[in-house]
Amino acid sequence: MAEQIALEITRYSPERDKTPSMEEFEVPLRKEWVVLDALNYIKDKVDGSLSFRWSCRMGVCGSCGMMVNGEPKLTCATFLNDYAPGPIRVEPLKNFPVMRDLIVEISDFLAKLSKVKPWLIRKKEKPISEGEYLQTPEELDSYRQFSMCINCLLCYAACPVYGLDPLFAGPAALALAQRYNMDSRDEGKSERLDVLSQHDGIWGCTFVGECTQVCPKHVDPAGAIQQYKLTAAQEWVKSLLMPWGGK
Amino acid sequence: MAAKRSNEPFLWLLFSAGGVVAALLVPVHLFLFGLAFPLGWLPAPAHDTLLALARSPIGRIYLLVFCVLPLFHWAHRFRYTLYDGLQIKHLNELVNTLCYGGATVGAAFAVYLIWRIP
Repeated sequence: MAEQIALEITRYSPERDKTPSMEEFEVPLRKEWVVLDALNYIKDKVDGSLSFRWSCRMGVCGSCGMMVNGEPKLTCATFLNDYAPGPIRVEPLKNFPVMRDLIVEISDFLAKLSKVKPWLIRKKEKPISEGEYLQTPEELDSYRQFSMCINCLLCYAACPVYGLDPLFAGPAALALAQRYNMDSRDEGKSERLDVLSQHDGIWGCTFVGECTQVCPKHVDPAGAIQQYKLTAAQEWVKSLLMPWGGK
Repeated sequence: MAAKRSNEPFLWLLFSAGGVVAALLVPVHLFLFGLAFPLGWLPAPAHDTLLALARSPIGRIYLLVFCVLPLFHWAHRFRYTLYDGLQIKHLNELVNTLCYGGATVGAAFAVYLIWRIP
């Protein structure tokens, strides 16, 4: 028989269980298999009731984020072999309420995301006949890194501040706000400032930096937040010196 | 809207300015006065020269900035280390008072010492 590896998986059914518990499964240890393959194997062959989110299997959709041995990981990019001989502990993403098994409730993040207005804001759209909004490669580079975010929420699971203070806007939302702030086509900086410069915005960040460590797309949310702190501090000084200026 | 904004920018500006001083100036001073002068790698300046430098208005301001800003850098950093590390959100006010209060006392002491340079 082929080599096996054990997975300890969080099980929780809100109708049946008061608290989550761990269940152990054995799966074949194949060198090309990732944790997500093992979960799908269990669902297909062992226990069809195991619930988890996944879609693309290639690190693009951002839905298969889970805690693997206590660390937030995209399970589609986390190889079983790296954890051999096991066991591998698979739990739902930390800092979020659990809905069932490995599925977490993310509406808190979605509400925060829309608050920072992560889209291009124009004071006045120019008519299509005037052509597209042009951008130089340098202008693209200034925000490109932040635009790689796939909303997988590993950074929220890693952020101790978010764990401690659920009102904190959190790494991905702040990085995405900065992605649009840095975009030369955007005119919404002042609209975002009020949300971002509150205590629950960037100032909630205590520069732990774990968000950047765990980001599978190398977005560097911690960098985006520190960058924006300087902007917000400058605006603060401006509003002190010229209380009548701006709004 | 503006009323809801945080007072954090002020503390953060002190923190980041202190970080620059602590990272750039402090090592230079430690190297010069801790290693290079005592070990004779560089000719040490005379006591009178240094005293004249410390006595001048610009010298005093420099020493003040050099001492005070890193204290507030420490206060901010340490406050958050306690906050995250020990997870003592409920003691927030006490921690803030101890950290920034400590830095303020240190700053006042620095002002006193620098004032007293003969």
